[in-house]
Formats: sequence, structure tokens, C-alpha cells
Amino acid sequence: MIKTTQWIVVYLVLCISVGTAFSQGLIPPSNVTAVDTPNDDGSSITIKWDAAAEDSGISGYQILRQIADGELETIGDLLPAGTTTYADSSIEKGNLYTYIVRAVSEREATVDSEQTAPVKGTGEWFHTGKTALFIVMLLFSATIVWNIYDARSGKEIFVRRIPGLEAVDEAIGRATEMGRSILYVLGLGSIGRVATIASMTILGQVARRTADYETPLRVPCIDPIVLNVVREVVKTSYIDEGHPDAYNEENIFYLTGSQFAYAAGVDGMMVREKPAAIFLQGSFAAESLILAETGNSIGAIQIAGTDSEHQLPFFIAACDYTLIGEELYAATAYLSKDPMFLGSLKGQDWGKMLILGMIVLGVVLEISGINWITTLLQQVN
Amino acid sequence: MKQKIPLVLCFLFGIVMILTEFSPHAASQATYKEIANWGRVISPFVFVLAVVTLIQTHWNRIQRRTEHWQYSLVVFAGMIAMVAAGVPSGPQHPAFAWLFNNVQVPMDATMFSLLAFFIASAAYRAFRARTFEATLLLVTAVIVMLGNVPVGDLLWPDAASNARQWILDNPNLSARRGIILGVSLGAISQSIRIILGIERSYLGGGD
Repeated sequence: MIKTTQWIVVYLVLCISVGTAFSQGLIPPSNVTAVDTPNDDGSSITIKWDAAAEDSGISGYQILRQIADGELETIGDLLPAGTTTYADSSIEKGNLYTYIVRAVSEREATVDSEQTAPVKGTGEWFHTGKTALFIVMLLFSATIVWNIYDARSGKEIFVRRIPGLEAVDEAIGRATEMGRSILYVLGLGSIGRVATIASMTILGQVARRTADYETPLRVPCIDPIVLNVVREVVKTSYIDEGHPDAYNEENIFYLTGSQFAYAAGVDGMMVREKPAAIFLQGSFAAESLILAETGNSIGAIQIAGTDSEHQLPFFIAACDYTLIGEELYAATAYLSKDPMFLGSLKGQDWGKMLILGMIVLGVVLEISGINWITTLLQQVN
Repeated sequence: MKQKIPLVLCFLFGIVMILTEFSPHAASQATYKEIANWGRVISPFVFVLAVVTLIQTHWNRIQRRTEHWQYSLVVFAGMIAMVAAGVPSGPQHPAFAWLFNNVQVPMDATMFSLLAFFIASAAYRAFRARTFEATLLLVTAVIVMLGNVPVGDLLWPDAASNARQWILDNPNLSARRGIILGVSLGAISQSIRIILGIERSYLGGGD
């Protein structure tokens, strides 16, 4: 019995000795700094420290924070070993904070770093990580603006032939000859979508021609705001062409706000009214093929255009002509021949040249082992 | 004046929204949120506008007995039924939920299901090997389809799915990225035209 008690005492003494030894062996986190997190709104402070050696026995870190004249408090959960940074996002703006990084061993022994200098969160007015993006944006915008104003001088600007837009007159003429209507579908986009605005501009041009030919133009809308703008666009086109009496407000109407109900409604119009020409221009989703295939089945000439790249294959398969991506935005310039619009097209081409140049340069540099363009792009990302 | 004020507002808000993208400062982010909230305030008015426009359109059709005016009666019947079931007790009411789950959802699903048949008919037309491009499309489609189904790898272990993945990751992705770049530049260009007041179609008059 005495022997057993002695063994227990010896065991306990050994345990305490080993524990103390390990605790004393823990090295406190070094080079602990606390800085205002860059490029944020001032709601965060970043704490950094050096990585501990693999055999340091540290199993995790705990961050302790002290507000000026306040008590030291533990923040966040235990951070895993190997962590070297922590962003404290629970600060109050304007207050000074100091931090301690506490290393915790597997046996829950702890050792604290030195307290950092006081720091407070400050919001930055400019995100330095987006400098490259900002410069590219300025360059591209300046190129477009310069080309727009250069075009006003009367210089002739070449625009390549776009078959889908060449076919607009053909489609309208066909509908007029057949004595049938033209159906113009703007897609699912709201007024906030650039594609919807581009589509409305094309509609304005189409309406000018239908006004001249007095061909009925039907426009079912999915968005009431778009509906009201479209009515004004078409009305203005009819007035500009000198046919205000030919404008019929009831031909431009709200159908529904639901995607597939809209598809069903437009399909129903196609089957019942059999329009000779169908324009599908704007933002589309899963209903694109449902609309295009129904239009195809009634033998209408179809001109589609969208910026939704996932829907382009469907339009290409089911429509006679498809405006691919940027051609939708080029349509206004192409149809109106307005020098200001043509100038912006030229600006876009300069932008493409810039991107192409960057890609070629990036590939060459990357092959040569120089990766600053890749680093720059990753920084922007 | 009717055009100038919206143009000035568009220019100011356009520039401010661009600048907020590059400024993480609290004041800048608060401005962004505030302007975004103003946009959201418009939403309830849109619903009112939608209902009024819908009633106007279909009421006129019924009154004038235009072609297929009977469908407008169906619109009113549906609208009245949903409003009667939903407005007094909210969307959780069993009658409203039943109508939604057993009428609207199946009808939406039916329209969506039609897509399968339309894909088949469109694919049949697109894949007819009449030209070199169509033949190329056909061959590519066959490889991708075989790579997507178990029988592909059963016939050619790993080769079918690897070939499919290569097509998707290389020629397909390259083309998509090219289109996305063009679309993005086009959208930026269009936005600049709108901010500068060159593009005015959204004002509802002229180009």
C-alpha cells in the first residue's frame, strides 16, 4: 500500500516537472505588430507575428486586446498553430487598442508576447490595391471619350459588316410585304441592365422603319418601368418619322413579371399572331431557346442579340441572325451611323487592342520567367 | 429642362458610383448604400405600376372585344383568385399556398420542361453536317455528349471524359472569355455614353 502511494507521488511530481519544463520551453510570439488594416473602412486592425518553429510545441494562438484604460480581454477563437496574422474586425472606430498574442501549448501552458503599440482603425479614401484597375479604367474611358469627340470632326469611321444588322431592313420589309406584325422581345432585363438600354436603342431604330412602312410593332414587356420607357422610345420614333397617328400604345404592353409565364405569353403571341419578323434583343436566361424555337417553328425571320454568353449557342442554333455579345452594343452605332456612337465603337476597339497587347506581353513575360503582370492582375483580383 | 435634369443627375450619380468602387472609406460606402437604397425604394412603385398597366391593358381588350379577348378574362380570374387568397391572410394562408404550389409552380415547371424538347429540335438542326462548321460542331457535340454519360468511358476508358474536359477547358473557355471581354468593353462603352449623356434612349425620347 505504501509502495503504491509512493509511486503515485513520484508520477505526479514527474508530470508537474515535465509540464513546467514544456511551459518554460514555450517561446513567446516574436515581432508582434498591430497595424490599421490597409484599404478598408477603418473597421479593422491587423495583428501580425513571426511563425514559430515546427518543434516549438505551440498548438495555437489566442489574441488578447486592451482598449485604452480598459481591461485585457480575449477576442476570437483559438487560432491554429502556423497562423501569423489576425484581423480584428470588432473594433470601434476612433479608439486606441493594444494587443498581445498568447501562444498556447498542447498541455495548455501559455506564454504571452509583448504588448503592441497602441493603434486605431482609420478608413482609407483610395483602395491602393485597385490602382492598376483605376488607371486602366481611366485610360479606356479617356480613349472612348477622345474617339467620340474626334468622330465629331467628320472623319469617316469604318465599321465591319454585321449580317444580323444588315438583315433588319430585310426583316421589316418582309413583314410589311406579308402584311404581318413584327414582334420585339426585350428579354428579362430591368431598366438597370446595360443590355436592356442597348436593346431599347435598337428598338428606337426599328420603330423608325416600322413607322415609315406602317407595319404593326408589338412589344410585350416583363418590367413596368421598361414598358413606360419603351412606349416613349417608340412614340418618339413615330413622331420623328412624321407618323404620330400610326403609333398604337396598346401594341406595347406589360405581360407578366414571371420568367416562364412571360415565355408562355410570348410563345402564345407567336403561335396566334404569326409575326413575320421577331427581334430577341436584350438579357435572356433559360427561356431563350423556348422563345427562339417557337419563333422558328412559325417560320418568322429571327434576329437575336444578347450579352448573356450562355444563351448565345441557343440563339445561333434557332435564329437566322445573332448579334454576338458586343455586337448588341454596336448595333446603335451601326444602324444610326451617328459619328458620336461610331467614335465610341472605335474606342472599344482600342480597348480590345490594349487587352490583346497585355495578353501577348503577359504570355511572353511569363515564358521568360518574369511574372509581374500576373502578380499585378492577382493583386487587382 | 425635362431632359437636362435627368442627364445631370445621371452624370453625377454615375461618377459617384464609380468613385465609391475605388474608395473603401466609411463615408464612401455609406453613400453607395444610400444610393442603392434609393434604387430599392422604387421597387414598390413598380408593383403598383405593373398592376395598373395589366388591368388597363386587359380591360381595354375586353371592352373592345379584340381578337382573343377571352384570354384577358382568364388573367382577371387568376388575379382576383390570388389576391382573394393572399391579401387577407398573407402568403402563408393555405388557400394561397395551394394555388401557388398546385397552379403556378406546375405551370412554370411545364414551360421549363419544354426546354428539353426544344434543345433536341434545335440540336437536330444545328448538327446536320451540311457545312464544314456544322460537321465540326457535330463531332465536338458527340464527343462532349459521350464524355458526359457513363457509356462514353465504358467504350473508351477515360478518353471520352478527358476529351470532353479538354474541349470545355480550352476551345470552349477561350471563346467564352473572348465574348465576355467584348461584352464587358461594350458595356463600359455604353455606360460611358449614358453617363456623358450621349446615349439618351432611357429618357424615353430620341437616341
